[in-house]
Amino acid sequence: MRFDYHTQYREGFALWRSPFDRNLYALLLLVLCVLPWFMTPFVLGEMAYVFILCVASLGLMSLTGLTGQVSLGHAAFIAIGAYGHAWFLSKGVPLPLSMVLAALLSASAGLLVGIPAIRVSGLYLAMVTMAFAIIVEQIIGHWSSVTGGFTGLAVNDPVFLGLPLSGSKAFYYFCLFTLVLVLLVLLNILRSGMGRALIGVRESEAASYALGIPVERMKAGAFALSAGITGLAGSMLAHHLKYLTPDGFTLLLSLELVLMVVIGGLGSLRGAVLGAILISSLPTAISRIKPFLPDSVAKQFGLETFIFGLVLALFVLFEPMGLNGRWLKIRSLLESFPIYRKDTFKRNKRYMKSERYR
Amino acid sequence: MKTSNATPPLLTVDKLSLTFGGVQAIADLSLEVRPGEVLAVIGPNGAGKTSLLNAVTRVFDPSGGQIHFKGQDLTQLQRHQIATLGIARTFQNIELFEAATVLDNLLLGRHRFFQGHWWQQVLRTPALTRLEEAAHAEVEKIIDFLDLTPWRHSPIAGLPYGVRKVVELGRALCAQPELLFLDEPASGLNPEETRELAFWIDDIRSELGITVVMVEHDMSLVSAVADRVICMAQGRVLAQGSPTEVQSHSAVIAAYLGA
Repeated sequence: MRFDYHTQYREGFALWRSPFDRNLYALLLLVLCVLPWFMTPFVLGEMAYVFILCVASLGLMSLTGLTGQVSLGHAAFIAIGAYGHAWFLSKGVPLPLSMVLAALLSASAGLLVGIPAIRVSGLYLAMVTMAFAIIVEQIIGHWSSVTGGFTGLAVNDPVFLGLPLSGSKAFYYFCLFTLVLVLLVLLNILRSGMGRALIGVRESEAASYALGIPVERMKAGAFALSAGITGLAGSMLAHHLKYLTPDGFTLLLSLELVLMVVIGGLGSLRGAVLGAILISSLPTAISRIKPFLPDSVAKQFGLETFIFGLVLALFVLFEPMGLNGRWLKIRSLLESFPIYRKDTFKRNKRYMKSERYR
Repeated sequence: MKTSNATPPLLTVDKLSLTFGGVQAIADLSLEVRPGEVLAVIGPNGAGKTSLLNAVTRVFDPSGGQIHFKGQDLTQLQRHQIATLGIARTFQNIELFEAATVLDNLLLGRHRFFQGHWWQQVLRTPALTRLEEAAHAEVEKIIDFLDLTPWRHSPIAGLPYGVRKVVELGRALCAQPELLFLDEPASGLNPEETRELAFWIDDIRSELGITVVMVEHDMSLVSAVADRVICMAQGRVLAQGSPTEVQSHSAVIAAYLGA
């Protein structure tokens, strides 16, 4: 059993729940830091890609998970970040500044989409964002002078203060560092006034207005924040891909991001990371198990899409809280070990609708 | 009654009207709320009680008339600016942040106060930590006041209805308002919870010095705590006065019984 005994308010909202937690996360970071010495460059490159997707997934989570606004067009923000970054780099802007500029560019595009989002929500918002993504894809395809059109655009190698970051090890650390930075920023936002207001807007707009939260500004701001983070992921993805073409940023990428946040568990940053890890490693896992499958199955066209869909369906059916929900269950089982109640997380269905419960 | 007629009213509603298409929810309604009183608004269903509350808190745009709070015209303000003046409200059908804990709900009640600049929030500066600690200290006072200690860290989604009602009251109190609107605070509460609520409303007025306006059907609660009662029917003020006066007013009896 674990008891939190707090003597100061700041212990209640600390980054870590306990010194034990802090040590675990420190251990995880340490393992991630020494890993490059035991891994092949290919695996390192794949892991860097996972980190990039984690950042993108965190970006979408800060929109869909925190403020409850749906977006089916986040590939557009990745594209804007990636192309913007490549363009700034080609103009000789130093790497960190170029990344910030790309993120800001993407954030302002997000603000542009966020303004209609004040008026529409749910399915309609999904349509608006999807339309936006299609427009962006077309613009990228046809604005050849800046984006290279359908033939593509080569990305300059990343160089930071004269040090090349294009090596697999250096790029791995670069992506890990950015991920940790984004996580810390989001964690800080979440446990202060802004984050609470975002959650408030998601849970009840009427109450948010009554408490003095400018709901419209919060919704548009969430779009900008989300697009900015996603754009940052895009700028890193540009270096991973090395060569940008419009068909790398299609609806499929947007849907993968949505899968990540839904399977991870809406509303939690841990969920965004876990979801990104699962979804990005699925294709590799599928190709690994293919040899063990009967030929008639393994050679089927669309096996990957099928498994993606299956995973999503199973999660929605059996674990609506996503990977994060499963994590919380396992954790509380370990923490309250001898006296864990099986139904702790069981939500009983209410068969009665009354004035008391709606 | 502690207030005299010499003190200026806290809230003045002057010839307010509110129409939805052809439906006149509020017609030419004028009333005053005096500082330090507990005012109950009663009336049959559809009398326009909640519409009045929603017009004052800017959920609806009034079709005509004026609303002044301490001399400031509320109809010129945006919906989210009402809270910053020191007006808080609760809702008829509880509007809590269900996925968040009681503590976070109450902290959100303090949103109208300075929460730190955005860069302080992102970087989590020591100044912000002190600010958050001060906010937690204020919230703990309300938790203490309303006996919410056992529920502090529970998410709203798992709380019983009676507790949710109290949490919503607490969230409004965390905004440290001067004027508090309660929209049917006793609806769905059992008699015991209602009696407890009567004591709290009394304490809110006498200990915290907050003026309370409540829309309520439960006459036992109204007669227990209200200094003054306004009875509405079809968007108009039918009668006002002390609880016993209004209850025995012939027009009120007629409105309820349909005579």
